[in-house]
Amino acid sequence: MATENKNDDYILNVSNLTDEISNKPIINNLNFKIKRGITLAIVGPNGAGKTTLFRALLNLVPYTGKIEWNRKMKIGYVPQVLAVRDIPISVKEFLSFKNESESDIKAVLASVGLDSDEVVDKSLAILSGGQMRRVLIAWAIVDKPDVLLFDEPTSGVDLDSEEAIYGMLRSLTAKNEITLLLISHDLHIVREYSDYALALNKCLVFFGESKEVMNPATQKLIYGEPICKEYGDIHA
Amino acid sequence: MLDTLVFSLVVAAAVGARAAVLIWHLGRVTKLSFETLVGATFTLALAIGILLFGDNLDALEEALFGDITAVGVTEAVAAVLISVAVIFLTKLIYRKIVLGLISEELATSKGISVARTNLLYLLLVSLTVAIGIQITGTLLVGFLVVTPAAAAKIISTNLSRYFTLSAIFGLISAVSGILLSSYFNVVPGPLVVISGITLFVVAIIIRWRLKVTS
Repeated sequence: MATENKNDDYILNVSNLTDEISNKPIINNLNFKIKRGITLAIVGPNGAGKTTLFRALLNLVPYTGKIEWNRKMKIGYVPQVLAVRDIPISVKEFLSFKNESESDIKAVLASVGLDSDEVVDKSLAILSGGQMRRVLIAWAIVDKPDVLLFDEPTSGVDLDSEEAIYGMLRSLTAKNEITLLLISHDLHIVREYSDYALALNKCLVFFGESKEVMNPATQKLIYGEPICKEYGDIHA
Repeated sequence: MLDTLVFSLVVAAAVGARAAVLIWHLGRVTKLSFETLVGATFTLALAIGILLFGDNLDALEEALFGDITAVGVTEAVAAVLISVAVIFLTKLIYRKIVLGLISEELATSKGISVARTNLLYLLLVSLTVAIGIQITGTLLVGFLVVTPAAAAKIISTNLSRYFTLSAIFGLISAVSGILLSSYFNVVPGPLVVISGITLFVVAIIIRWRLKVTS
């Protein structure tokens, strides 16, 4: 059960987190702390436990260990995949699920670089990959969260739009003082757009500043045979 | 006769509620879609019904195809009241239902109990089916739940239009089917279905035309 962390310096304190799916260990004894305002990228190969970590942080799956969020922390979450093909729902209706006014919806759409008059009445199902990710970012920030957990922010987006979306995400999180935890496969993006990186490969295999992730030695740690690291008291 | 029909409505609602709980539970255990489980459960219920009434052809015919002429004022008032309650409750939970359909994780992260919402939704569907059985019978009731909504979905780009058109198409199907059945002096169930399917085909043509011209 996620509890409240009363230490204001750190907004999240994870200790001895272990999670398994169908008796197979996915995360082993993970420990880390993060401070307000940073961007932390979670990296690792497929099946490394990145999404499971997010689910545990959101209390969506059972786990052992301790997850302490700072009190009164408003947490936003954007999953990697939304099943919007089967439901006729407009952008305005989707965003209004957060009880925001129409003017707030238009303002937030403009802030993510979308022409609100053009997209507000469009069905989510017919948006391009880039438009959809921008709408999701709008969804994530419209009710002003303190922390945002974003699973693959540019999933389904072409390479040209990828950097633009990350750049926009960085400026929006800085402007709104949002702590961002994101999952990404792209180490180049991680190096450019996050402060710290936490690499999982069934266990913690790397934790450090994001500029280190492109080092061959670090890449070997992230994508090679898992070598679990004991970092002691690690924090970002 | 009146008491028998009210009793049959109550029994249909009770059996429907049990089936809804069964489908909900199987959905959680097997992770199969509700559509698959509804199909399997519906066929099983139909088979049991035929076994029970197989030697009484009149009762079997009424159960399979319905008999709107047997619906009196009490049943009609009960159906209206139940419908109003179903619409009201659906309006209360529709955002939770839609968010759960878009992403279970997203809904759960917003504090929505997706399992509880799905169960309530299935119970509301089972109530709707219990009312519809009186008009179309068991065999064709699935039509009333699925086809008007499917026709509306084909030509809707937002939830508001989807809900409105679903209700309008359901109403047109039922009323025109009943009027036609009275005119031709045949059972209404098949004509309700044919009216609805006509709307469905028209919706496909509209969609196709819009695609061609857009």
